[in-house]
Amino acid sequence: MKENEKPDKGNQIIEEAAQAEYKYGFVTDIETEVIPKGLDEDVVRRISALKGEPEWLLDFRLKAYRHWLTLKAPTWGHVHVPEIDYQDISYYAAPRHNKQGEAKEIDPELKKTFDKLGIPLEEQMRLSGMAVDAVMDSVSVKTTYRERLAELGVIFCSISEAVKDYPDLVRKYLGKVVPYTDNFYAALNSAVFSDGSFVYIPKGVRCPMELSTYFRINAAQTGQFERTLIVADDDAYVSYLEGCTAPMRDENQLHAAIVEIIVEDRAEVKYSTVQNWYPGDKDGKGGIYNLVTKRGLCRGDHSKLSWTQVETGSAITWKYPSCVLKGDNSVGEFYSVALTNNWQEADTGTKMIHLGKNSTSTIVSKGISAGHSQNSYRGMVKIAPKATGCRNFTQCDSLLLSDTSGAHTFPVIEVGNDTSVVEHEATTSKINEDQIFYCNQRGISTEDAVGLIVNGYAKEVMAKLPMEFAVEAQKLLSVSLEGSVG
Amino acid sequence: MNALQQYIDLFDQSQEVFEQQSPELLNRLRKVAREHLQDARLPRKGSEDYEATDLEAVFAHDYGVNVNRLPFEADPGETFHCDVPNLSTCLYYSSNDAFHSSPTAERNIGQVVVEPFSMAAVDYPELMEAHYGRLARMSDPTVALNSLLVQDGLFIYVPDGVVAERPIQLVNIFNAALDMMVQRRLLIVVGNNASLKLLACDHTQSPDYRYLNNQVVEIVAMPGSTVDYYDMEESTPLTRRVSSIYVDQREGSNVLIDGITLTNGFTRNNYHVEVNGEHAETQLLGMTIASGEQHVDSHTFISHNTPRCHSNEMFKYVLNDNAVGAFAGKILVKPDCPRVEAYQGNRNLCGSATAKMYTKPQLEIYTDDVMCSHGSAVGQLDEDALFYMRTRGIGIDEARRLLMQAFVADVINGVRLDALKDRLHYLVEKRFAGTLSNCAGCLASCRKN
Repeated sequence: MKENEKPDKGNQIIEEAAQAEYKYGFVTDIETEVIPKGLDEDVVRRISALKGEPEWLLDFRLKAYRHWLTLKAPTWGHVHVPEIDYQDISYYAAPRHNKQGEAKEIDPELKKTFDKLGIPLEEQMRLSGMAVDAVMDSVSVKTTYRERLAELGVIFCSISEAVKDYPDLVRKYLGKVVPYTDNFYAALNSAVFSDGSFVYIPKGVRCPMELSTYFRINAAQTGQFERTLIVADDDAYVSYLEGCTAPMRDENQLHAAIVEIIVEDRAEVKYSTVQNWYPGDKDGKGGIYNLVTKRGLCRGDHSKLSWTQVETGSAITWKYPSCVLKGDNSVGEFYSVALTNNWQEADTGTKMIHLGKNSTSTIVSKGISAGHSQNSYRGMVKIAPKATGCRNFTQCDSLLLSDTSGAHTFPVIEVGNDTSVVEHEATTSKINEDQIFYCNQRGISTEDAVGLIVNGYAKEVMAKLPMEFAVEAQKLLSVSLEGSVG
Repeated sequence: MNALQQYIDLFDQSQEVFEQQSPELLNRLRKVAREHLQDARLPRKGSEDYEATDLEAVFAHDYGVNVNRLPFEADPGETFHCDVPNLSTCLYYSSNDAFHSSPTAERNIGQVVVEPFSMAAVDYPELMEAHYGRLARMSDPTVALNSLLVQDGLFIYVPDGVVAERPIQLVNIFNAALDMMVQRRLLIVVGNNASLKLLACDHTQSPDYRYLNNQVVEIVAMPGSTVDYYDMEESTPLTRRVSSIYVDQREGSNVLIDGITLTNGFTRNNYHVEVNGEHAETQLLGMTIASGEQHVDSHTFISHNTPRCHSNEMFKYVLNDNAVGAFAGKILVKPDCPRVEAYQGNRNLCGSATAKMYTKPQLEIYTDDVMCSHGSAVGQLDEDALFYMRTRGIGIDEARRLLMQAFVADVINGVRLDALKDRLHYLVEKRFAGTLSNCAGCLASCRKN
């Protein structure tokens, strides 16, 4: 009898764990200014007016909007994006500010929200030593440490402020890496983008602290369309972190962001993401559609761009952080862990476009699929005929934790000359039963064992994350896996 | 522009002639094909799975089609020999798309059936009915075009329990003195626990004309059967080839397909394998040696539809001059198919600054308890190995040749006929040395240039 009971009990624990709620699923009760749903030229003009933008930016938005009208949503991804009604989304939502205290004080409710998320908004929390730009819905709420960074000439502010304060810089770089003609979602973002971060590291400056942006979708029935622009001038260095969460809601919400990075001679940019948007519940209801265009241009010789991402959230992820390696001897890196559970779908990977001589790139992608989820790696390595002496190494491994999940790899390799070497390796397999058995023997429950094994499997990527994020990401991996064993 | 239109128009004008000369079965499928072609377009370069290959351009040329099946006078058996030394085979010829048997074919009587569709439709109507056109996908316009225009084909049947003693050798020759397109079609049924070894080789007699071979091969491997299919191409720079091989594998069957391209103009090889039985084993091998303006594109798809089956793929390309190589392979493991082992490899050598390689290895896995991997690499010869050989007094050219031969050796070693293996080593050696000329004793001038 007892023997019969055992699996039942095990199942019960698993079921309880499966129902473990998304930790960041709360909603902040805060007065929000939302413009009515719908999208037309007037909405684009209104967003621009609300933000007090100059003429050229409005022009840019309108051009993008008109181009977007001619496009169709891409269908090639291994994800099932349902027909999105773009007229049923509100394109701008801002926590209402107390006009007088706008610059100095932030709403206590808001502060509480970011405290709950563990984001050190207050500058007295100096111990954490991280400059943060917090973006709630469509606007940047507060950027910390600005003054200290300004002493070094580092600009770190919201993109709306940058448009006002540094219009020439923004104009010079905006849309240069991801033009509005790039793809459907990029065009949409270019038309209606609301806020995001702007970073400029001047020549020869090594940014003394990690810069971080925290994105939060709060208001219902809105989409978030943020835009991040990072410029590292000659010999500069910056490490940038991005985190995201959203409340639990039954309807799906859209997140279509653009990240553009420009890396000049000998500069280095490290971009890390821990993506934890609400993934929907265990039946696949709700969740964020994360349809993002991220691209960096290594324009200078000896420049380096490194993407590290830990993807655990979103109902649908469609994201390919890419490097255009234009400078000679430039370096592109992509390290990714994508974990999908329940009914999540992720189609993620990278593009490495080698245009400069002797440029090198490394891709390490680890996919983990559990529940009924589908996890795909889609990548492209292209070596232009004139880019001689290039080197690429790609490794993408998939781990399957359930017999109902799927893992797929779709890499494309194009080599145009005879002095470049490209390697690609991929494996797909189940979690090793011997390892689980070994852990069980040592008194570690199956669930913890899976957490351990998965963390070990993803370690290569985790090691690339800045310390603060690595700890969070590690916890996140274990939490996201809860309920997936059985 | 739609390159298919000229052939559709030709068919519409001479439908009666096509139908008079073919068995009823072919005519039935012809109607289906015509419907599929109504709005079909050939894929252009850059479309999904055709990253480097423009089929529209390949079919756009105005090729002649032998609608009236006028016989070509020359007996290919007299002018053409493609012997594999030390290998006794039953030889068959297809001259353009008409089949001839040779005296050696007699030796398999009572065992293996090799006959044209026109005879097979009378002798084995059930088998033809059951399998003809069952595997080939009409959604592929080239397959639909083949089904539309094909007038005859070759039916190979190995009855249950029969082990074909001698390999069947099928020599395909183009010998028309005009630009010509042919629709070759093969239906191979290997019965329960039966075994077949088939060598097919493509040759061209005249280098001055443009030929297009649009072929479809359907292979049914019944439970416990073994099928070896060696498909070698040695043609001329003006020859175009689009080949689609479809395989249906049943329980415990073992299928080996080896596609070898030594010389050609443009080649697109599609391999589509459906593994429908447990413990089935699939080996898909490919080797390409390309130089000049050669273009070789291989596309593989292995669908594992049952648990506990095993597949292994290895494609190797050696590209020189302006050659273009492309490989796209997909392994699919369907839901509820545990214990599948599937491996895929694609290794490529780019030997010149203008050679181009496109590769797209893909895995699509819907079951967790599987072992699947793919690997792909594009690179050059090992500098250290070259240096080592040069220190031992081997010239740079010779050293390069030796290393290239070693590179493709494991594909050749997958061949399960020793005599053929030796022959291939020899041919590859000559190919790399640039001295691949007429096969000994052959009067055909396929290697004139």
